Amino acid sequence: MSLMTEITIFVLAAFVGFEVISKVPTTLHTPLMSQTNAIHGIVMLGGLIVIGYANDPLEYIIGTIAIVFGTINIVGGFLVTDRMLGMFSRKPKPKADTDGEGGS
Amino acid sequence: MIAEAVLKPGGDAATALYIVSFSLFIFGVRRGTHPTTAKQGNLIAAVGMVIAVATTLLLDGIGNWGLIVLGLAIGSAVGVIASTRVQMTAMPQMVALYNGVGGGAVALIGWSEIRHGIGEIDSGVISSIPLDTLIPVLFAAVVGSVSFWGSNIAFAKLQDLIPTRPLAVPGQQVINAVLLLGIIAACVCIAVNNDDPSQAVFIGILVAAALLGNLVVLPIGGADMPVVISLLNAFTGLSAAAAGFALDNVALIVAGTLVGSSGTILTMEMATAMNRSVANVLFAGFGGAPSGGGAATEERPHTSIGAQDAAIKLAYADSVVIVPGYGLAVAQAQHAVKEVADELEKRGVTVSFAIHPVAGRMPGHMNVLLAEADVPYEQLREMEDINPELPRTDVAVVVGANDVTNPAAKTDPDSPIAGMPIIEVSEAQQVIVIKRSLSPGFAGIDNDLFYEPNTSMLFSDAKAAATEIAAEIQNL
Repeated sequence: MSLMTEITIFVLAAFVGFEVISKVPTTLHTPLMSQTNAIHGIVMLGGLIVIGYANDPLEYIIGTIAIVFGTINIVGGFLVTDRMLGMFSRKPKPKADTDGEGGS
Repeated sequence: MIAEAVLKPGGDAATALYIVSFSLFIFGVRRGTHPTTAKQGNLIAAVGMVIAVATTLLLDGIGNWGLIVLGLAIGSAVGVIASTRVQMTAMPQMVALYNGVGGGAVALIGWSEIRHGIGEIDSGVISSIPLDTLIPVLFAAVVGSVSFWGSNIAFAKLQDLIPTRPLAVPGQQVINAVLLLGIIAACVCIAVNNDDPSQAVFIGILVAAALLGNLVVLPIGGADMPVVISLLNAFTGLSAAAAGFALDNVALIVAGTLVGSSGTILTMEMATAMNRSVANVLFAGFGGAPSGGGAATEERPHTSIGAQDAAIKLAYADSVVIVPGYGLAVAQAQHAVKEVADELEKRGVTVSFAIHPVAGRMPGHMNVLLAEADVPYEQLREMEDINPELPRTDVAVVVGANDVTNPAAKTDPDSPIAGMPIIEVSEAQQVIVIKRSLSPGFAGIDNDLFYEPNTSMLFSDAKAAATEIAAEIQNL
């Protein structure tokens, strides 16, 4: 890929990011931040690529730690977002349930 | 190991799969903007990630499978355990930590790329590292390292491992500026000598960037931490995109850039909600020298009440507004407070929750916590929505919130939080503040609300107080 092609992709992706994300209600900011945080865990791919041509102990160590870090970022990020959003999707219990139990 | 089923890096098949994967990221984030589809959106993005990882594993030239499997296994185990165990209240620091490891991975990949380039020069494969690889690598390494260390400091502050108060070194700005200039100079030095780049200089750059990450975040107070984490999230995204430039990987470029622009939007929105600019957050230590600091230490008269009196005030009110803050989150009081609201509703009191945009430690954090306690959506009210109603509200109950209710934001132009939008609880007929002490909040400034004649202080842990009040209301 030529440098100019990459820069074109970069600029377009930046605009896509601005457009897609400027419509989020405040309530979803924390989950969204967490989700985008998980997405940048994609750097893990870089770890997979560089460890392929690692050829001394230090490079093995650097590459492995990079993969560990990237995987934590991905797996932890998506799971934690899922947990947060799970809180929202739970349906509020009908009022009648709680009213009956008080029995003052 | 995987014999023939290899994809050519940059080839049509690999690129097509990457296009599918980043389309899923964009689509997933888009779905993440609506409460009903957000969970599905996260899942879609996760599927995109699985495709991206699988594609990369099939690329020609991927090797050292033992280490790859080891890395994936350790990373997955840590990620799963940490995410399933973390308390909802500790969510912001968890995001900080995940962001940090992402930045760390970028910096390490940069280091590995430099070593690879030097190795190729030494063995005569290439005569110099091309600048369109070298410059992104340097950028990725610097920003990744700043992000790693900055995020760790943010984590440590939110986890109370180090004081949340701003910690400033004399001449801070000068030191930071010198460090930054030094880093840039060293990068230029490596780029100019791209036929013989020095690994020692590169390591020096990593260390200087680490120092810079520490020094930039340490002077920032706890109240500004969400803005900082969000900013570092954007930084990590950009550094991932830079790594994509270096590795000619389109998935990295698109996904990293997407996060970079989203993080920028979020950061600006958070800063706006606190009426601060991002530059202000970064370069002016919050609450470092509050103008009213001298007066704050003096004893000032305040009214203090017990749970029983609070219960009576609440039970005989027509309308009650509950203002939850981080104290509620720390004390895990969301369920107890929900119980108080239920008891009051049973007696016909109108109850609503007033949510400040930055209540908790991140925008939307309080909504997550209250949703966990099954507080219905209709009871959650935004700040702009509830403020006009407060003068007609009988009792406002502030549970573990502080700075977001401080009238000084409106009345004292010299206050560090001057102009920050607040929930105007002092407008309500009566105010009950549940708080452990009169001590200042994250912004480190005194709250005049506590000393107003219509304010009663209930000194207690938020959970204990709410449980007691609920019981007292039941007994009335």
